[in-house]
Amino acid sequence: MSWLYDIDWAEVWYVTVQLLNGFKMTLGLFFLTLIFSLPLGLVFSFGTMSKIKPLRYLVKGFVYIIRGTPLLLQLMIIVYLPGIAFGMPLTRWAIFGGNVSAAYFFGALAAFIINYACYFSEIYRGGIESIAKGQYEAGQVLGMTKSQIFFKVILMQVIKNILPPIANETITLVKDTALARTVSVMEILFMANEILMLKQLIWPLFYTGVFYLLFNALVTWIFGKLEAKLSYYKV
Amino acid sequence: MPILEVENFTKSFGDVNVLKGIDFTLEKGEVLAIIGSSGSGKTTLLRCLNFLETPDGGRMRVNGETLFDAEEHKKLSDKEIRMRRLHFGLVFQSFNLFPQYTVLKNITLASELLENERLKGENAGREKRNRVMEGIRDHAMELLATVGLTEKAESYPCQLSGGQCQRVAIARALALSPDILCFDEPTSALDPELTGEVLRVIRGLKSSDRTMIVVTHEMAFAKGVADKVIYMADGVIEEIGTPDQVFNHPQSEKTRSFLNAGQQFQF
Repeated sequence: MSWLYDIDWAEVWYVTVQLLNGFKMTLGLFFLTLIFSLPLGLVFSFGTMSKIKPLRYLVKGFVYIIRGTPLLLQLMIIVYLPGIAFGMPLTRWAIFGGNVSAAYFFGALAAFIINYACYFSEIYRGGIESIAKGQYEAGQVLGMTKSQIFFKVILMQVIKNILPPIANETITLVKDTALARTVSVMEILFMANEILMLKQLIWPLFYTGVFYLLFNALVTWIFGKLEAKLSYYKV
Repeated sequence: MPILEVENFTKSFGDVNVLKGIDFTLEKGEVLAIIGSSGSGKTTLLRCLNFLETPDGGRMRVNGETLFDAEEHKKLSDKEIRMRRLHFGLVFQSFNLFPQYTVLKNITLASELLENERLKGENAGREKRNRVMEGIRDHAMELLATVGLTEKAESYPCQLSGGQCQRVAIARALALSPDILCFDEPTSALDPELTGEVLRVIRGLKSSDRTMIVVTHEMAFAKGVADKVIYMADGVIEEIGTPDQVFNHPQSEKTRSFLNAGQQFQF
């Protein structure tokens, strides 16, 4: 066990604190993206299924563009376009009060929310269209309103059907937050890279991987619990 | 006065004329069986009565009140149509129970929503609300007893057999006390050994104040339970009368060949 004595515990402590600071940013990006993109995706999915043709094509076109281009590109456009094209860089927007890292964070957050809402909207659409017509008709002949049928009858069945693909997207989101480092968001991979550059240390990269793995283990466990909770009925 | 009067219902899907002018009346407490081969329009007729399809032409009255008139239908609000369709109940071929709710909740859900809407309108207090909900629950338990499934109140649909599901669906359709209860081939999705329990329940529902329309392929059932039989072919009523008239003394050639074709398979 002599190698234990060779470890520079001060260095380990320093790296841990740095990475934890970055991970806070990662978690913020992750949770805020989920909280806003899950409901926004439902709005988009209603748009892609709308009976109003212009609206339907507009939303479908938008979803196509977002799903058809790299998230990295969308991040760069949202964060840099206001400054380059309109002379109004995010960092100087009044709402951020001169807080540069907040400006980058919220710029990146906007890109993540829009991108994930589009993916979620397609998952919702698939889930909603998978519900048998008979369920709507059963609600109709019982005198329910359209919104009652959707919220009281259809939604729970949709949620059960879409949990696995939503879990998939959520795990992808955990890892995609790393892209935010390209627009100066100081999330965990940004911090690991800083350490790599300044201290010439390679092992913090593996340490960073452990953060993602542990967090995704938690995400997987939560979705497993949710699926088990909904297993009492079959759609 | 007849409880139901249907006048000249027509309906087409694209170029296909599914209903080509349907007229009939039904008296309170009567059971009407509609028979006919697949594609004859019998299910479409039932769906028109339940406002799941909108006829292109024709009128319908229930208890003398005009519920449907093709001329004016477009002007009706969603709410108005919702209230009108409550005169009818419908039991589907494939049950269409709500899988995420217990048997009891399946039966009470619609009544609860309707009463909630009403109670909100009159600003009722919590106590009154509880009393109303209690009443809905009691009524649902009575209906479950009627279809013989009291012990399944807290089960979920996926735990029931097909026959039990259909009996729950019948109780659910009865919960809103419709004037006319419709069945769309209620036993067609069931294994043969399960059709008996469902048909017995339907037969048991027959009473002087319950009017029923059953679209069915079960000729013995139509013969034994119905007061009136309609044979449909190609979107028209080919034959209408008592079971004795239609089954034993059919007037039309088409009816005779339909009934004969069925008989060839009875060993």
